[in-house]
Amino acid sequence: MSVPGAWYLGLAAMLFTIGGVGLLVRRNVLIMFMCVELMLNAVNLTFVTYARMLNDIGGQVVVFFVLVVAAAEVVVGLAIIVSIFRRRADATADDVSLLRG
Amino acid sequence: MIHAVWLIPALPLAGFLVLLASGKKLGDPKAGYLATSAMAASFLVTVGVWIDLMGRHAEERRFEQDLFAWMPVGGLHVDIGFLVDPLSVTMALFVTGVGALIHLYAIGYMHGDGRYHQFFLYLNLFAFSMLMLVLSSSFLLTFLGWEGVGACSYFLISFWFERPSAATAGKKAFVINRVGDFGFMLAMFLIFATVGSLNYVPVLEEAGTLAKGTATAIALLLFVGAVGKSAQLPLYVWLPDAMEGPTPVSALIHAATMVTAGVFLMVRVNPILDAAPGVLTLIATVGALTALFAATIACAQNDIKKVLAYSTVSQLGYMFLAVGSGAYIAAIFHMVTHAFFKALLFLGAGSVIHGMHDEQDMKRMGALRKWMPVTSGTFIVGWLAIAGVPPFSGFWSKDDILLGAWEKNRLLWLIGLITALMTAYYMTRQVILVFYGKAQWGTAAAPAASRHDPGPSPGEAAAEPEHEPAASANGHGSAHGGGAHGEFKPHESPGTMAFPLVVLAALAALGGILKTPLEHWLEPVLAHPHHFTSSSSTKLGLIVVTTAAALAGLAIAYAIWAKRRVRESAVEPSLLQHAWYVDELYEALVWKPSRALANASAFIVDAKIIDGTVNGVGALVRAGGSRLRTVQSGFVRNYALAVAVGAVAILAYAVARTS
Amino acid sequence: MDWAVFLVAAAAVLSGALGVILSAHPVHSALSLVLTLFGIAVLFVAQEAHFLAAVQVIVYAGAIVVLFLFVIMLLGVDRSENVATEPLRGQRPIAYLAGIGVIAAVFLLARTTWVSGAESVAGAADAPGGNVEKVASSLFTRYLLAFEMTSVLLVIAVIGAVVLARHSPSGGVHGSEER
Repeated sequence: MSVPGAWYLGLAAMLFTIGGVGLLVRRNVLIMFMCVELMLNAVNLTFVTYARMLNDIGGQVVVFFVLVVAAAEVVVGLAIIVSIFRRRADATADDVSLLRG
Repeated sequence: MIHAVWLIPALPLAGFLVLLASGKKLGDPKAGYLATSAMAASFLVTVGVWIDLMGRHAEERRFEQDLFAWMPVGGLHVDIGFLVDPLSVTMALFVTGVGALIHLYAIGYMHGDGRYHQFFLYLNLFAFSMLMLVLSSSFLLTFLGWEGVGACSYFLISFWFERPSAATAGKKAFVINRVGDFGFMLAMFLIFATVGSLNYVPVLEEAGTLAKGTATAIALLLFVGAVGKSAQLPLYVWLPDAMEGPTPVSALIHAATMVTAGVFLMVRVNPILDAAPGVLTLIATVGALTALFAATIACAQNDIKKVLAYSTVSQLGYMFLAVGSGAYIAAIFHMVTHAFFKALLFLGAGSVIHGMHDEQDMKRMGALRKWMPVTSGTFIVGWLAIAGVPPFSGFWSKDDILLGAWEKNRLLWLIGLITALMTAYYMTRQVILVFYGKAQWGTAAAPAASRHDPGPSPGEAAAEPEHEPAASANGHGSAHGGGAHGEFKPHESPGTMAFPLVVLAALAALGGILKTPLEHWLEPVLAHPHHFTSSSSTKLGLIVVTTAAALAGLAIAYAIWAKRRVRESAVEPSLLQHAWYVDELYEALVWKPSRALANASAFIVDAKIIDGTVNGVGALVRAGGSRLRTVQSGFVRNYALAVAVGAVAILAYAVARTS
Repeated sequence: MDWAVFLVAAAAVLSGALGVILSAHPVHSALSLVLTLFGIAVLFVAQEAHFLAAVQVIVYAGAIVVLFLFVIMLLGVDRSENVATEPLRGQRPIAYLAGIGVIAAVFLLARTTWVSGAESVAGAADAPGGNVEKVASSLFTRYLLAFEMTSVLLVIAVIGAVVLARHSPSGGVHGSEER
């Protein structure tokens, strides 16, 4: 007996939420980035589940693209993080707050 | 000649305009002669119009002339037009006649004043306004003249505006007049609303068909206007203070002409009054009470002009008593005789002041008969006239009024009789103090001491005499008899001042002969001709009683002031000297609350509430802004949180929509 | 059998996710992320997406996480964040509430209908043939333009990374720090 797709979707939703809350709560930029990856993975799982439930290969193709873009995003994002937080020992996301009102 | 009626007000107007343009160049005394000639010419035209009118039959004595349309607005059509009938011609005659005499007097009186031409400019403007008032053919044009005389009164009372008391007196007169004018305006609105026209002829013809309530309202409102202009209770308080103006002003405006405008108006609208008998009773009562009230105050005044001012209020009360009793013609007759003798008395007082080097306190005069024979002779004629001693003019007119009062209400008659007694008393007191007895002005110290008394604020006791400004400013005084150094001697006035006195004295003495002709002359003006219904024996009895009262007042005054039988302070209580503290009462009832209200409006409502609200809106925005500013904390995580919350909100909305 | 696989994989995913967000040390978080990614890969296999499972392991767990670890080592491996405190007021409570809100909203939205949409738009997933062939035929015919643009994107990303991360020879303009 196959597991109904709803379970996968529920799991993906919970994974997404955990990633989102982590993004809001953690201060370390690298960990924040990892939380974004969690959210992306949740989305990927959702797409694959839909591909199975709707019998559509397009869902898997989308995941392929999401994967690629996530990789590119990680590359560029980490490069930025490196360039900003290179010198500081304990820089967190709260330190770039010059644009305050 | 009757078609030249428009010249009557036009000539003083022309005088005003010429003096406005080049009065300063003309100067002293040419400006004065110009103004006087304008008045004299106006008088001659009036006489011509009068003769023309007399030549007509009694029923046809009404002529209307429209110059041009003034306000053709919708349903309202008012022209600059004149209504020539016996009443308006009578008024015009004595306004121009007495006015011309007073202009002549003022030439000498105002000699040396820095703004000589301006005085005559105002006088001519006043004459124009007054003549428009009496000759107009509609309520609105009369109101134009009404306001014009009010404004000129303001200009002339505060002519010496460098004195704060004079400036205040002018304002007081204007403001209190305004209260009355409000009644006049409401009456005009009501008349237009009910009758649809403001011209006298159609309105007065319709007066009989007005509803009782409407007629009462209109009559009452017009009476309010008359009360303000003619200084009756409770709006009389401006008249005593108006004595701050130069004496010719007091004579012309506050004795002979402006104050009679109220009585004129009442007589003019007699059909409306006849349709509202309750108002007639009110008018008679107010008149009688005013007469008595003012007479009591006059008994205790020391300023020579103040006595005459209160006397004017009192005599105007008599006129309203006559109007209220239905004896309209008696009111007009008394108005005419009053114009003669009151103008005479005022001009005489001015002559005394002039001769005494600006002294106005009667208690510092005395025995002036020797020094100023013409003045004292004419003044005595005026005194006898106002006291009601036969056969002078005042006797005849006052007698008619008391007869009318007797037929209306015995109590009112009694009040009138007592007032007649007091009139005789205070006038005799005045004559004795000024012209007889011992001279109180012996040393040089006396006039100097009186001169630099600052004018007291209006409303305070008239026991402190008020002074016309220092002689040096006006020139009359120091050139004559002595000044402050050497022995002080009063002097008689020059010819230009003496001549009007003599003419007015003759009129005051002989004016009684006008009685019967005036009755026939003015009859067509009345809607319901008035006849006295008493028997001749009653009339005779009343004459005797009135004369006895007059002589009694005379005798009492003689006993107190000439023979010194009674102590002075006993007959001059402080209550009367302070004019029953009415000014103080008004100050407490009206001025203080108004001032408090104004202060509250300015400093609380405007400064705190309105400014507070406006500023508060700004402050609110600023406070809100500074609070909102903190949302932009600069922390990316806060922004991310906001995005998350927004996403939740959208999801919640989606849930709500699909549920 | 399927259930067992699912439950084990789900447990791995969730525990890995919790590990990511709860660890103080970034290296621990990275390792927890690897656990999650493996779990996801297993779930891909269970849903017949074999190719994607392979790509997931190779690219995500193999490249991206390694990249993360490189940067962690580069920027200081001993940077532990003080997880207990939270300098921004109200951030945590509201974040938790938002999380609960999202979960609740998703489950409420779904209730009985988890999936709605058109079937087999881009080709049937259960057509005969291997998974790789099906993905490839869809990728190279229907989605060719997107494929090419993605490759361009990758090139740009690489160039950008090189430019961003190098030390500029004349006093750093890139990455100026704010404080």
